[in-house]
Amino acid sequence: MIEASTAQIWIIIIAMGIGTYVIRFSFLGLIGNRDLPSWLLKMLRFTPVAVLPGVVAPMLIGSNAAHSADPLRLSAAMVTLVVGLLTRNVLYAIIAGLGVFFGLGALIG
Amino acid sequence: MQQPNHRRPFTQGVLDSLPFFIVIVPFGVLFGVIATEAGMNLAQVMGFSILVIAGASQLTALQLLTDHAPTLIVIVTALAVNLRMAMYSASLAPHLGAAPLWKRAFAAYVLFDQPYALSTIEFEKRPNLSTADKLSYFFGAGVPLGLTWYMATFGGAVLGEKIPADLGVDFAVPITFLAVVAPMLKSLAHVAAATTSVVLVLALSFMPYGTGLLVAAIAALVVGSLVETWVETQRNTK
Repeated sequence: MIEASTAQIWIIIIAMGIGTYVIRFSFLGLIGNRDLPSWLLKMLRFTPVAVLPGVVAPMLIGSNAAHSADPLRLSAAMVTLVVGLLTRNVLYAIIAGLGVFFGLGALIG
Repeated sequence: MQQPNHRRPFTQGVLDSLPFFIVIVPFGVLFGVIATEAGMNLAQVMGFSILVIAGASQLTALQLLTDHAPTLIVIVTALAVNLRMAMYSASLAPHLGAAPLWKRAFAAYVLFDQPYALSTIEFEKRPNLSTADKLSYFFGAGVPLGLTWYMATFGGAVLGEKIPADLGVDFAVPITFLAVVAPMLKSLAHVAAATTSVVLVLALSFMPYGTGLLVAAIAALVVGSLVETWVETQRNTK
């Protein structure tokens, strides 16, 4: 559960809204057609791959996670990763992962 | 009978975006359900989807909030997930840069993954489109998806109030992230970046929550681009 106050949550929402908008508007709005340095473009391309795995890993095997290293969750995660790699389809991967989690979870009880 | 390429650009954008509705709807519902179960009220859940419209960063913020991370860390980390959109902005600037400022300002609001991806494909296929037509196509690909994102979130928030909290729905968060990341692991550099991120975030888990993730993400960015540069040099010397 979230313990942050209503004000804190709104600060986060508004700051993220403004920040995300500034990121999106940046080149389109202000800088126009000027080229970016190629090393910067290269780094920007990697942002999701650099951030998201770091968010996920502690949720699955971190020492603070509520269900750390739970075999059912780990297998569902592996299935998601494999299906995502093979099909390159986000939706199939989600369905497969949640299917294993809830399906196998119901079987094991 | 009209040929597909004689369709109005806006209509064409809408049609091309149709497959993405299958992804946007469950993703939006999921955010609504999880945010509501975590204790957010309807206004906050909708505030997220309307002001931010970026699913992965919204879920990141939600996860960090549930882990009681400090406000600043939540903002910085969730925004880091959206930095890729600066690249989208840069790559569409040559196509849409000549449009009036207020239209570009609105285009920036709907500049999320799907309209970006569809537009780059379309503009490459049809380089002779006028700026106005390109903009229409972009809006066609983005506006209906954006509106659907709001509605899906709303549906999820309403649903979230009815689903018992102990069902394990929160597990959909890591699953969704893995599902988003897996298709992106298409080169050695991407795999290296992802691996760096995972190894470092676990190794740095002693750091106050969230800061370890930031260090890991920055290191992963550097590793990813270095590996890519290295692979390119290898290829060129052959």
